[in-house]
Amino acid sequence: MSSNTDFEPKIIAFVCNWCTYAGADLTGTSRLKYATNVKIVRFPCTGRIDFLLLLKSFAQGADGVIVSGCHPNDCHYTSGNFHARRRWIAFRSILDLMGVDIRRIQYSWVSAAEGSKWADLVNNTVADIRALGPYAEYQKVADYLEKEGYNEEA
Amino acid sequence: MSKIGVFICHCGENISATVDVERVAREIGGMEGVAHAIDYKYMCSDPGQTFIKEAVKKYGLDGVVVGACSPRMHEPTFRRACAEAGLNPYLCEMANLREHCSWVHEKSEETTEKAIDLVKMMVEKVKKNKPLDSIKVPVTKRALVIGGGIAGIQASLDIANTGHKVILVERDPSIGGHMSQLSETFPTLDCSQCILTPRMVEVAQHPNIKLYTYAELESLEGFIGNFKAKIRLKAKSVNYSTCTGCGACIQKCPVKKIPSEFNAGLGTRTAIYVPFPQAVPNKPVIDRVNCNYYKRGACKICEKTCQVGSIEWDKEDEIITEEVGAVVLATGFDVKGTDFFPEYGYGQYKDVLTGLQFERLASASGPTFGEIRRPSDGAIPKKIVFIACAGSRDPAKGIPYCSKICCMYTAKHAMLYQHKVHDGESTVFYMDIRAGGKNYEEFVRRAIEEDTVNYVRGRVARVYEKNGKLIVKGVDTLLGGEQVEIEADMVVLATAGVANCGSEQLAQKLHVSYDPYHFFAEAHPKLKPVETNTAGIFLAGACQAPKDIPETVGMASGAAVKVAALFSNDELVREPVVAVVNRLAPPLYSTCVGCFMCETACPYNAIEHEEIKGRDGSLIRTIARVNQGLCQGCGTCVAFCRSKSIDIQGYTNEQVYAEVMSLLND
Amino acid sequence: MKIGFYPGCSLTGSSREYNESVVALAKALDIELVEIKDWNCCGATAAHVMNEELSLSLPARIMAMAEEQGLTEVVVPCAACYNRLKVTQHELEDENKRTRVIEILKLPYRGDLKIINVLQMLEAYGAENIKTRVTRPFAHKVACYYGCLLVRPHSILKFDRVEDPQSMDTLIKGIGGTTLDWAFKTECCGAGFSVSRTDLVAKLSGNILKDAADRSAEAVIVACPLCQSNLDMRRGAINKTLKNPIDIPVIYITQAIGLALGIGAKELGLKRHFVTVEL
Repeated sequence: MSSNTDFEPKIIAFVCNWCTYAGADLTGTSRLKYATNVKIVRFPCTGRIDFLLLLKSFAQGADGVIVSGCHPNDCHYTSGNFHARRRWIAFRSILDLMGVDIRRIQYSWVSAAEGSKWADLVNNTVADIRALGPYAEYQKVADYLEKEGYNEEA
Repeated sequence: MSKIGVFICHCGENISATVDVERVAREIGGMEGVAHAIDYKYMCSDPGQTFIKEAVKKYGLDGVVVGACSPRMHEPTFRRACAEAGLNPYLCEMANLREHCSWVHEKSEETTEKAIDLVKMMVEKVKKNKPLDSIKVPVTKRALVIGGGIAGIQASLDIANTGHKVILVERDPSIGGHMSQLSETFPTLDCSQCILTPRMVEVAQHPNIKLYTYAELESLEGFIGNFKAKIRLKAKSVNYSTCTGCGACIQKCPVKKIPSEFNAGLGTRTAIYVPFPQAVPNKPVIDRVNCNYYKRGACKICEKTCQVGSIEWDKEDEIITEEVGAVVLATGFDVKGTDFFPEYGYGQYKDVLTGLQFERLASASGPTFGEIRRPSDGAIPKKIVFIACAGSRDPAKGIPYCSKICCMYTAKHAMLYQHKVHDGESTVFYMDIRAGGKNYEEFVRRAIEEDTVNYVRGRVARVYEKNGKLIVKGVDTLLGGEQVEIEADMVVLATAGVANCGSEQLAQKLHVSYDPYHFFAEAHPKLKPVETNTAGIFLAGACQAPKDIPETVGMASGAAVKVAALFSNDELVREPVVAVVNRLAPPLYSTCVGCFMCETACPYNAIEHEEIKGRDGSLIRTIARVNQGLCQGCGTCVAFCRSKSIDIQGYTNEQVYAEVMSLLND
Repeated sequence: MKIGFYPGCSLTGSSREYNESVVALAKALDIELVEIKDWNCCGATAAHVMNEELSLSLPARIMAMAEEQGLTEVVVPCAACYNRLKVTQHELEDENKRTRVIEILKLPYRGDLKIINVLQMLEAYGAENIKTRVTRPFAHKVACYYGCLLVRPHSILKFDRVEDPQSMDTLIKGIGGTTLDWAFKTECCGAGFSVSRTDLVAKLSGNILKDAADRSAEAVIVACPLCQSNLDMRRGAINKTLKNPIDIPVIYITQAIGLALGIGAKELGLKRHFVTVEL
């Protein structure tokens, strides 16, 4: 795949407040550098993350998405991350079936102590998405649906 | 249109060194709905906060975004400032320009653009924010302690001494628990009853403690600060208000051969009984299963003996309701019986004992008055074998964990035996010696070096009886795997500590989680060891995992402090980050269809069923309702809801959507 | 009642009396034994320490043959064979191993054959008939000896209490016998060392016999050809290790029940023992 050096991917990270958000704070306090492409949306828990929001993000032009929360058994709310994991497993195969490029979604655990892991996660994801190029296929579909008024007809 | 104020902090140079803060303020100032945008060196400083307060008043702001450090650092600071200026604090949000931007990127155009994006996100979010009030929950300042062993006793006394009322419920006729059965305690060898019984008496006499013995929790409803406990007072068949505890009935009771629970089955008791001489309360109950009158309808000798007429034959179980604000679970543990071990004879050899039975033999108040004698023939054993890890650390037996107390009490048992039988020989078979604890290792060394206890590192494959001896076949793994065979007179198994019987059912009644071995689960293994996942319910002692007396007492005091902290306010104030189910005007009432997927998602049992009834009282619909006292705000229910009827305040679908869209719609 | 029958090598060689008594007893209890055609050695104690594929293929072939011949349940009197067949069935639940073994055998193998030992057969299909057909109550005090292979590993065999099995004891009590509570029910007799290290066998089997004798057993009851031959055939060597020689006989459970049902000693193969049986 041709790597597009001019291309700056837009990546949104959906993270939980207690582990990954705090981990990303630690990346900051440790002054570790990473790419500017990723912007964090804070949730109380990965269990809160509605995966339809991921699709909305792609529809509106995101090139990649990161979902990250506490490691298994470390959830602040006991089991939210297990629900998220189960949802991800089910969602991934459905997306795959639908033809969505699941390489665009990076699912990970980053704890509050893993500042460097967060930096690596961001940098690797940015590099991967950069290699994949803009998510034009999804854009085409989204634009088509928008223009053709698919919803109204249905 | 919104009137939002945006305040960009330089954080000295922490942010301004890499982010062009003036440009951020300038560009954000041009956004729709932004009424005021400035940058300043230290927003968190007094003058910085004053800027915010004054702007709120001057421009009549209906939302504030502070672009500064992490909200985990200063969100409370800025929200407080807003509140002081008369703006609802939950209309203030922070954009993390330091930890998530200036500190992790080099100085560049992109860094400033990211900072602008981050502030934009929060501006769009704040537009959707709604004023919220912190949740206030009244607190009933009375605690329920379940279990009257040392954990429950300690927790009760500590709570009662802070001036709050305590209801202590104990299943057995007396408080005291396992500790009252112990002979001496490690690592000091002080007598267990000598240190415990004064505390038992203190419980009984404490003006703040209401003691219900021979009672069990029937059900618990409600939530933190507001529990309703139904307690079953089992019929004692003796009127405690008139009974003097003289004990004449016990002397005369003809049913004398009931194995005594207190003596771990080694001694006997009568049908009307006090479990042990120092029992609190020191008044008898009638064991209806074994009593001649209840079995066959005749006897009543105790009634004839009783000079105050205290026997109540027709007394029934009574159920009372108590309102409490917090619950401490202190239901303790149990030990596996010898019948759990086929290789050691399925419990059929009388002289194969559990550690707890040995405690009774060694206890001055025990069936042999402290003399170590064989249950089979009363002889003093000359050779004794202790087997540590009987069941524990054995996945094949279904108990992979370490029971923690056995290494220490086995050393103590061997020591006590050597002190009592001077010409006796004792051998301990062990896997590892785990003597972590103050003066613990020294204690074990003393057993080995001063009291010449023979420690053999290896397992025992089999114990069988032959010619009145117990043949112990084991292996010494330190001496090249030599087989060892000892003809012992007595074998003591340090049987595994397990969850108390009924703990699973109790956990389900209380909605607290439990581990695969039915020990109650703490809220966090490191940082919340005495809390459970159900707010207002705390743990003390071995009901959480096997533990020794000092640890149990420490944990009980910890739980007591948690209860006292809860009781220190009249109301519980909580962040309003909780889930809510939407309500609409009739005839819709709500978009909730009552599928209760949220209920399956909720780890806190915070979802209730709300019945919507018509004027005539007929049921129209059942929808979900969130108990704000129990909800912890994880939002898992929101993702589960198919009709988007449940949402979480502070992180609503609308807010999060606005955030995401602000990043993408250029 | 019709049931598959896998005698195995021992029962056609050194333990013919076991075969004879199983067949005689089955006949007396109206159980028809259908011998698997063209059966082979199960590999017993040697194969599984030498070559895993061989040790799985040998028993798998036996079971594949039985499946092919339409059998659904097979009784395996020899404890070692029983153990190998059960363990193989368990091992071949693993897809990769099963595929490999089928490749070697070039025979279909389903793995749903029910493998039972003689005790299980008697419990399931003989209990009622035994009760009504006892003509000569077996009024003896005996030690039931199960050995290693009949009950271990419990997780795979799932037969009886592993440290203190009871099924043989129950059968003996059913024909009027008394059973001992003794210590060596499941200890090892030396098994496969019968040929290479008779000294070890003499010591281990000696321990077993001594405990039975000390508790005044009139006989030791077994359900394994190897146990029987070690305790019986090696008696000379055993007695050399003991202070007092032991002369109690070692008989199969099928022989004991056969006697109680009035089957002749010769028919039960009792004349073939080294230690004279007078019960």
